[in-house]
Amino acid sequence: MELIQAIIASIIVAATPLAFAAIGEVVAEKSGVLNLGVEGMMIVGALAGFATTFETGSPALGVLVAAAAGTTAALAFGFLTQILLANQVATGLALTLFCLGLTALAGHAYSGQATPPLQPIPIPLLSEIPVLGPALFAHDALVYLAVALALAAGWFLRSTRAGLILRAIGENPDAAHAIGYPVVLARLMALAFGGALAGIGGAYLFLVQTPHWVENMTSGRGWIALAIVVFAGWRPERALLGAYLFGGVSVIQLHMQAFGIDIDAQYLSMAPYLATIVVLALISHDKTRQRMNAPAALGRPFFQSS
Amino acid sequence: MTPPRFEAANLTKRFPGVLANDAVSLHVEAGEIHALLGENGAGKSTMVKMIYGLMRPDGGEMRLDGQPYSPAKPAEARAMGVGMVFQHFSLFDALTVAENIALGISGMRPTRALSQKIIDVSNSYGLALDPDRHVQSLSAGERQRVEIVRCLLQNPRMLIMDEPTSVLTPQEAETLFETLRRLAADGCSILYISHKLDEIRALCSRATVLRHGRLVGAADPRQTSARELAEMMIGGAWNAAGAKAMTPGRARLEVQNLSLASEDPFGVALKEIGFTVHAGEILGIAGIAGNGQTELLDALSGERRTAPGCIRLNGAAIGDLGPTRRRRLGLCAVPEERLGHGAAPELSLGHNVLLSARTRQGLERRGFLSLTRARAFADDVAKRFDVRSSGVHAEARTLSGGNLQKFIVGREIAQNPDVLCVLQPTWGVDAAAAAAIHTAILTLAADGAAVLVISQDLGELLAISSRFSVIADGRVSEPRAVGDVTVEEIGLLMGGQAGPSEAIAV
Repeated sequence: MELIQAIIASIIVAATPLAFAAIGEVVAEKSGVLNLGVEGMMIVGALAGFATTFETGSPALGVLVAAAAGTTAALAFGFLTQILLANQVATGLALTLFCLGLTALAGHAYSGQATPPLQPIPIPLLSEIPVLGPALFAHDALVYLAVALALAAGWFLRSTRAGLILRAIGENPDAAHAIGYPVVLARLMALAFGGALAGIGGAYLFLVQTPHWVENMTSGRGWIALAIVVFAGWRPERALLGAYLFGGVSVIQLHMQAFGIDIDAQYLSMAPYLATIVVLALISHDKTRQRMNAPAALGRPFFQSS
Repeated sequence: MTPPRFEAANLTKRFPGVLANDAVSLHVEAGEIHALLGENGAGKSTMVKMIYGLMRPDGGEMRLDGQPYSPAKPAEARAMGVGMVFQHFSLFDALTVAENIALGISGMRPTRALSQKIIDVSNSYGLALDPDRHVQSLSAGERQRVEIVRCLLQNPRMLIMDEPTSVLTPQEAETLFETLRRLAADGCSILYISHKLDEIRALCSRATVLRHGRLVGAADPRQTSARELAEMMIGGAWNAAGAKAMTPGRARLEVQNLSLASEDPFGVALKEIGFTVHAGEILGIAGIAGNGQTELLDALSGERRTAPGCIRLNGAAIGDLGPTRRRRLGLCAVPEERLGHGAAPELSLGHNVLLSARTRQGLERRGFLSLTRARAFADDVAKRFDVRSSGVHAEARTLSGGNLQKFIVGREIAQNPDVLCVLQPTWGVDAAAAAAIHTAILTLAADGAAVLVISQDLGELLAISSRFSVIADGRVSEPRAVGDVTVEEIGLLMGGQAGPSEAIAV
């Protein structure tokens, strides 16, 4: 029982950074922009948040600065792709590579340092349910925030007018422009939201998972988040589920190593990435489903005429 | 006296190098269906874009019900009661009808109340629509209904319809006319843009005619003959003297029973097309854009294949051959789109000749390209057709529209084809370049080639063709000698009433 409780709790911890990044990217991609720089925005958020928390001792301030740093990186991407009309794929890759390099350089002074972790906030009553209570309802504030954001983003896209406009822009920016909607502005706002969430996802790594700054500490989570977006069919709630699923795979492999199951550790470490590839291949198989959900203008540049 | 519903005075819009609207004035009364008439490029679209707030005029003023009216953006125009239904719908495929309509109305959310309103409005004007369906499953006519209902929900004082029937079937068009008449009877003004003369004569009580950005005049289309309207549109350049006496040579290009579905969801299927072009002859095919011209050229050039016997070149069945083999046999084609289809924008002229002249000009030896020969051929084309550029190394996109068009048409003519098929040879080209292209085409025909020219420019076709037919809704009318055909007939044919022998399915 104790073990199951610990496994569930650790799945949630492992999944939360993925959830933040994936929910943010769902919203950004719904506007028709493919930002492959999620990994980069996460690592920038992680370092900025770590430095702030380390200097001030305040995890809350660290989260805010991490969000701001992610937003800055996202807006740099937005400036290049939406205003200068640079290729989105190439720019996203460049953003990731640039951010990884930049944080390795700027974070040098912080390596080996530690910060105070984020304290859990058990929810009264719910957290007292046997087994499930401590596993599900005794987490830090960011775990709850991720769940709330998934629901809120889903509601926003489905039921609000602004969400409808965002979807319309991702579907057919020319038509949206003809009706009179500000395509570029809306896309920049969606990108900024995605960047902020990726930044918070990055901050979660040192706030809860490992209280140190480690170079390249995102280790591919941004890429998994991008896969989750496709897996989730561009729906925020499903992105949360996807994050838990992928988080589960990565936690189970740790526990399998702990149990001493006789598989080389390298194979187990591959598990989350292999799972990503398998799931994407399976999902891409059904082309009509993909076309229904994917924003039709995803990744295409928008040239504003007249 | 009440002021007119809408009034524009001396509206002017300048683009670099072009005066798109030169002091155009117009007024529309309440409940009037007013036609804005003109050929392509006459300035109709520019004018309505200014009225709908998509462009700001450089001069002149507009009034709506006597009040000054100058919308900075479409939302303002809509708020003041001016709605517009575009020729190319601004709809979102993956969203539902209700969501699409909500997007076009400020502050509206796709609620159940909206769905009910949609059903109410669509029923009262005979525009059946299901608010919960996704737009991608709708036909062109249904999509247009979405746009119209979207406008109607905002209680418009004036509705602008931009070539509304260009994507409709005849039945859908008839339903649309009923709706528009009912709307007008309810007091809504309609500004109806078209160049289909029969439609305008059936629907509109007044017409304003534009030509080359200038106001030519106003007329009552019910009192004015199609010929007079056409003359106003074309600019009096109408004369049958363009007809050339000719002795038909052997049949070079024979098209029989050519039917082909379009690959483009907005495209037009070709329906049982048949005609013959003889040596020394230029056959002109007129028609309004989007009636199957692109599809017909694709079928002739070999980009779309058909059954072998549908298309014969010098008697040999070529319907199932691709463009390269057709070229080798002597059929060259010039597509409509200069950049991206006729020429690769980023490639030099020297490389661009390789695209279509590779086989006929021997620019390729055992799989290797001869760039020297390609450059020499490009240089030859440029000299012969007076293409002004910085040389054969210039990228295609750096040429002006007229020069690039001369180059592309010249590239095909210089290959001495037996048959040349051209779509819109002088689209967006200045008069001097157009004259040069016309001369080149006439010379090619005089040398014994068969030429097919598909164009929306009536004046052009009447000037250079020896025979003439009209494409409408994917059907090509029986070719007639240019001297025998009257403008009334052309107008009727362009409206889709293909000759007395072919009844339209209703």
